[in-house]
Amino acid sequence: MSILGTRVIRTEDPRLLTSGGVYVDDLREPDLAGAVRATFVRSTAAHALITGIDTSAALGAPGVVAVLTAADLDLPAPPPAEPAPDDAPPPEGPMPLGPPWSEPLFAVDRVRYVGEPVALVLTDAAYAGEDAAELVSVDYEMLPAVPSIEAALAEETLLYPDAGTNVCVRGRRPIGDDSIFDGCEVIVEGDIVNQRVAALPMEGRATAAVWKDGKLTVWTSTQNAQLSRLILTAVGLPPEAIRVVAPDVGGGFGAKIGIDREQILIAWAAKRTGRPVRWVETRNENMLGMTQGRAQVHHIKLGGDREGHVKAYRLDVVQDSGAYSRMGGFLPMLTNLMAPGVYDIPAVEADYKVVVTNATPIAAYRGAGRPEAAATIERVIDWYAAETGVDPVVVRKLNFIRPEQFPFVTKTGAPYDTGDYEAALDKVLAAAGYDELRAEQRRRIEAGETRLLGIGLASYVEITAADGAAGETAKVEVHDDGTATVYTGSSAHGQGHHTAYAMIVTQELGIPMDKVEVIHGDTDLIPDGVGTYASRSLQLGGSAVHNAAIEVKDEAARKAAELFEAAEADVELDTDSGTWRIKGDPDKTLSWSQVAAAADNGLIVANVRFTADRPTFPFGSQLSLVEVDVETGKVTLLRHVTADDAGPILNPLLFEGQRHGGIAQGAAQALLEEILYDADGNPLTATLMDYGAITAAELPSFELLTSETPTTVNPLGVKGIGEAGTIGATPAVHNAVIDAVKHLGVRHIDMPTTPERVWTAIQKASSK
Amino acid sequence: MIPPSFTYARATSVDEALALAAEHGEDAKFLAGGQSLLPLMKLRFAAPSMLIDLGRVTELSYVRDEGTYVAIGALTRHHDVVHAEVLAADIPLLAAAAETVGDPQIRHRGTIGGSAAHADAAADLPATLLALDATFVVKGPDGTRSVPAAEFFKGIFETALEPGELLTEIQVPKPASPAAWSYQKFNKRAIDFAIVGVAVQGAGRHARVALVNMASTPLRATAVETALADGASVADAAQLAAEGTHAGSDIHASKAYREHLARVLTRRALEEAAARA
Ligand SMILES: Cc1cc2nc3c(=O)[nH]c(=O)nc-3n(C[C@H](O)[C@H](O)[C@H](O)COP(=O)(O)OP(=O)(O)OC[C@H]3O[C@@H](n4cnc5c(N)ncnc54)[C@H](O)[C@@H]3O)c2cc1C
Repeated sequence: MSILGTRVIRTEDPRLLTSGGVYVDDLREPDLAGAVRATFVRSTAAHALITGIDTSAALGAPGVVAVLTAADLDLPAPPPAEPAPDDAPPPEGPMPLGPPWSEPLFAVDRVRYVGEPVALVLTDAAYAGEDAAELVSVDYEMLPAVPSIEAALAEETLLYPDAGTNVCVRGRRPIGDDSIFDGCEVIVEGDIVNQRVAALPMEGRATAAVWKDGKLTVWTSTQNAQLSRLILTAVGLPPEAIRVVAPDVGGGFGAKIGIDREQILIAWAAKRTGRPVRWVETRNENMLGMTQGRAQVHHIKLGGDREGHVKAYRLDVVQDSGAYSRMGGFLPMLTNLMAPGVYDIPAVEADYKVVVTNATPIAAYRGAGRPEAAATIERVIDWYAAETGVDPVVVRKLNFIRPEQFPFVTKTGAPYDTGDYEAALDKVLAAAGYDELRAEQRRRIEAGETRLLGIGLASYVEITAADGAAGETAKVEVHDDGTATVYTGSSAHGQGHHTAYAMIVTQELGIPMDKVEVIHGDTDLIPDGVGTYASRSLQLGGSAVHNAAIEVKDEAARKAAELFEAAEADVELDTDSGTWRIKGDPDKTLSWSQVAAAADNGLIVANVRFTADRPTFPFGSQLSLVEVDVETGKVTLLRHVTADDAGPILNPLLFEGQRHGGIAQGAAQALLEEILYDADGNPLTATLMDYGAITAAELPSFELLTSETPTTVNPLGVKGIGEAGTIGATPAVHNAVIDAVKHLGVRHIDMPTTPERVWTAIQKASSK
Repeated sequence: MIPPSFTYARATSVDEALALAAEHGEDAKFLAGGQSLLPLMKLRFAAPSMLIDLGRVTELSYVRDEGTYVAIGALTRHHDVVHAEVLAADIPLLAAAAETVGDPQIRHRGTIGGSAAHADAAADLPATLLALDATFVVKGPDGTRSVPAAEFFKGIFETALEPGELLTEIQVPKPASPAAWSYQKFNKRAIDFAIVGVAVQGAGRHARVALVNMASTPLRATAVETALADGASVADAAQLAAEGTHAGSDIHASKAYREHLARVLTRRALEEAAARA
């Protein structure tokens, strides 16, 4: 019997749920004994020149070991920036821009967002740090703030005077004249905001560092230890002199890809002072300093005929990258690539530009550039449906790429692998009872009720493992005690990699799961690895484990043949019992320990890097049912029904877990969450009292349907599921809200659809 | 999000708490459930040099039936208010309002006295106690005094409590028709404070209406009450709900929207109270 496809309980959970995980701040490594605590002094100004920093009072405060600023930095110049690749799917590692856009470690003579690190206070006691940090006096000469995309495009105040503009990156496909819309009978056009949101992992950023015997050891909460090591060479050490360990990590959602400037400074401070240093950020710091997501404004135009056939689509993106263009500078390329979504649109134009603002830097957040594309095309399809009077289901079906068209290359160049978009939509409609819902929606309107129903649809396709060429590593070992060890380059931070990878080994080798150990996130043990992001782990990391297990099996077969004194072709592995035997002779068996004992060093081992030559394109449909109180504008999410297809399901429990979290975050963006700044660039949502992070109380139980269309890109046939939730749920919920009030004349409400926004939209529409 | 340093003393009786307060003067603060005070300290909006912990003053934790009124000790946790039998029978409004405070963890820590003394206009219990015409029993160095709800809430986070005075008990008169109540709390998430809230006790001409978060203090909707007493319909009276209010604008809602909500929620509350009566 195959273990794949079964609901194996997560092997991580007994430890995480009982004795507790060991996160960076829980570490009790002997090397960290006597560590000093780090507290950052952060800019209180959004945009200002630094005219002086006085650290003397802080240095005199009790328990202060050191106060460090840009003046103390003794580092080599940062490596030159990588140029923006053209339209190829970009690697999703941090890609800082070079001068004049470079991001310093400490602010030097200028600050560009509230929360930017200006100085670092090291104290013996954890609680002394914040008191001492208050004593560091920074003189600011205030500059006008650029708190929004609009302000950046006005170019009145420049964040980088040397650059001469606030536009730091431009797309390479300028938008042409309007000829692609020639002959369109119906045209819809407008702006759609995809607001700035927080990644908000439960565990914020945390790092501990020790400099000892010429080696820097850095424990850090990251999605990829190996990339972190590469970035940490900024402290002036070669990679071999650095060890990075990712212990238990409490979520990342893209904001922990690699390592940030604060953490480089912690490592540098350990090297400079010779004392172990540890840092864990507070929630308030997390909401100022951790990279955020989305933050795009789209100008769109879509045309078609009166029957619902879309003929032309144009998407023009402006990305707010925040004060420093890290990955934010590259996300809109993905938005452009995925612009037409699941539709076969004859003419598509997509362009973008990236601006800098006096706000927290933007980077990947669950979906990273793709949710923005899906949110907009799915919203615009509803605009078009409303304009033509054709049901949104019919419009979607008329324009879907059909199953026989795969592989399909879109007009924006995305090479879709496999898909059956209509099947996924039909599943959702049937399970939700679409026609009955529409009837109930009508009944409530006709009865003049105040609580109306909205039905929202989203059919989506996304790109996962866009950087499949970078691949992922796996080493599988079988030991002479019959146990196996997996070393993986894809770092776990909540997903259940340990369970998934052990299942793959059990499937191939018949070694029971409790005898398979999975190790990740230590560059001494796994120097080469890529990490977990872009929904890439199972398809790349899992495929690597799969291939390594097969190599181990092949090697073991040779060993077993020797021991049996039989031909290799006559030897087989019984994966139910995990024993080797000779075909047709049930009495002659060898255990894994016997086979491994015969190998060099009592160890059978295979090292694999799996690369994929193409990305994969998971897809699905989601239907959301909301109730809108038209007197107050309050929205209640009643049902959420989805068919999310990422190929064969390895473990339904893990698969559903990814969907649950993603849907919750998608609904949160549609309904509640938004990072706000005032006109001076002061953050207004820097605590969880002010930022509307969604909770279980706002969510119904999700209705998750199954759909499994394999890909041909990897041996497991799998695609990524990590980000489908945000990509599908955001537009489904958003569309549902507007669907509830469209009969009142409301065409669009920007996210988040807060009660006041919904109520205001109804007021405006009814006063027209 | 780390508070400035402070000294800490634990009181085990009312007298000990008062003695400590007298000894340490204005820089000392009582710590009840800590659900308002500790967040303020972590944000460094408050920096008391000393905390007098009331957590072990068990003599202040009770809900007692006193015949015409219910006496509630200041240290009674929200959770115990929600589940008190005498309140369920005689003052269901108070139990229901307490159940909307924060989440279960907060309701197990936070106290009714702390909520009243903190006097956040956005909190649920101050306005509810105002609608119920509660009396606040205050003990200080000079003895005990009683303050009616109408005089207890003075301004933004300001009450009739003098420095060094301890709120010991809240006395809530039993309403004539206990079933005629409604608490309408409008927020975006279950855990949030009210954007606007309306507490109603009584129906018809005798309904008492109090508003949450429509001014710097909890507020009686006097115009609504007067109109009802004069025989106005619920719908007409509710239209007056924003009169005399001073709602603010913030990231959660504008003033105009709050005023609209006050009218809608007042109407719904009056209708619900009447239906329950
Ligand atoms: C996440 C969160 C959500 C919340 N949501 C809500 C909500 O939805 N609705 C709501 O109403 N409240 C809410 N609260 C606040 C909560 O109700 C608090 O419990 C309450 O406001 C304060 O009570 P406490 O016992 O915790 O007081 P503390 O925080 O201990 O004290 C508050 C103040 O009162 C003073 N004080 C306390 N007891 C006395 C006394 N007996 N005599 C004199 N002075 C005293 C203290 O010195 C301090 O100044 C929330 C709190 C949190 C953290």
